[in-house]
Amino acid sequence: MINFDYIRTSTAKAAVDAKNKNAFSQFIAGGTNLVDLMKRGVTAPEKIIDINNLPLKQISADTKGIMIGALALNSDVAENAIIKSKYPLLAAALNAGASAQLRNMATVGGNMMQRTRCSYFYDITMPCNKREPGTGCGALQGQNRMHAVFGTSEKCIAVHPSDMCVALAALDATVHISGPKGDRKISFTDFHRLPGDTPELDNNLQKGELITGVHIPSNAFNKTHYLKIRDRASYAFALVSVAAALELSGNTINNARLAMGGVAHKPWRLTAVEKFLVGKPATKETFAAAAAMAMDSAVTFGQNNFKIKMGKAAVSEALQQATQKI
Amino acid sequence: MYTQNKNESRRDFLKKSTALAALSIASPVLAKAADNDEKIAALFEKMPLRLEVNGVAHSLSVEPRVTLLDLLREQLHLMGTKKGCDHGQCGACTVHVDGKNINSCLSLAVMNEGKKITTIEGLAKGDKLHPMQEAFIKHDGFQCGYCTPGQIMSAVCCVKEGHANSADEIREYMSGNICRCGAYPNIVDAIMEVKQGGQSL
Repeated sequence: MINFDYIRTSTAKAAVDAKNKNAFSQFIAGGTNLVDLMKRGVTAPEKIIDINNLPLKQISADTKGIMIGALALNSDVAENAIIKSKYPLLAAALNAGASAQLRNMATVGGNMMQRTRCSYFYDITMPCNKREPGTGCGALQGQNRMHAVFGTSEKCIAVHPSDMCVALAALDATVHISGPKGDRKISFTDFHRLPGDTPELDNNLQKGELITGVHIPSNAFNKTHYLKIRDRASYAFALVSVAAALELSGNTINNARLAMGGVAHKPWRLTAVEKFLVGKPATKETFAAAAAMAMDSAVTFGQNNFKIKMGKAAVSEALQQATQKI
Repeated sequence: MYTQNKNESRRDFLKKSTALAALSIASPVLAKAADNDEKIAALFEKMPLRLEVNGVAHSLSVEPRVTLLDLLREQLHLMGTKKGCDHGQCGACTVHVDGKNINSCLSLAVMNEGKKITTIEGLAKGDKLHPMQEAFIKHDGFQCGYCTPGQIMSAVCCVKEGHANSADEIREYMSGNICRCGAYPNIVDAIMEVKQGGQSL
């Protein structure tokens, strides 16, 4: 690993100031992704700004929902009593991700900031428009079994690897950000970007900005399920995942949220399917019809053709699993 | 490699010139740094680091790029913690930081200022093995033994944190510790026994 300067900060302002001053600096929280990328030479920041002493670990319910500090550990969020009882979809998604050790290190903000696991991005001998803009995309006609089917561009077909983010997108979360120009909030679904012509940008953070927390609004979803399909039973990235949240009254669907992981450069909300579900009875037939339209705009690249069939089956299965919960 | 070396020398040059400039006005710079609550590594190749390992307090000096794993093995000569993949995929490097199991290969040592670290060497009390170590021996929870320190460190947390209520729950919680010999069934048996024994860990 190339050496770097290292500073510790204890306020958001000091952290933002330090980041804003040096374009080649990076914040470090858990470090589980950043340290790995630095070891592999994928990234080589000149300066690391340790933000672990910032007071951003709190998880606190308020009148409108729950605020989760950016430095709350993935394991602490998954084990939190309020999260488990009122936002079980988030707890399930967190526990589906990584390993016990990594969840004990990884933070909520860091999870959002993790880079793609595309093997061309990781292999510095290969072309990759995300790592080195203009060098081309190795995955487009190469090994693309794990890759995106929604929102791709000819520059990049990588997927965002997070499970947590899929649940947060489904739960209409808001991202709280602190920056050189002050504080702002953006909708979780607007945080991550599609690759377009600038695949090097994963998200819409501006220069010097720091994620300070994520707010989830209260909801009436009484049936939720996080379904993750992967190559082994645990500790693997998703081929396809589905976060399903339904508000059932009797057997009628009053409200629905569906988001998919493993299929796009960002958590992929199925808004058309959500609208279709509202007012319908929660039956196998409804879910089959929802599944049939779920992958409508998908485009595949050869090795990932299976994701169309798998995606449809996963949507139907996640909805059924959700309704079968007590 | 060429690019990396070139980068490094450029950085070294920048650092040395910064250090020289700083030394000429040394005390005001340091005072200002302290005011800002920033510890600056740029002025020094190594940073001071204080942490406690297996109950022993250490006052060390490390480069920011040194991982906790390398610090434990190479500076403190605690070879029980193993380097497997060095990328957080195998779990051989698992240690406890303030009681939680983590991958020491993905933690920069300097991020552990003031923390309490426990490694496999810190589990036994003198000649008395930890109940989890006893159970691994009894159930033959290893073959080559390379993953075993990490397995045991995770297994202790598995029971302590209440994730050992069934074989399936244990397998899920322990999935971050890979055993290429395939001793999994015996590892699960060992953990089940410690859980059922109800000893305080």
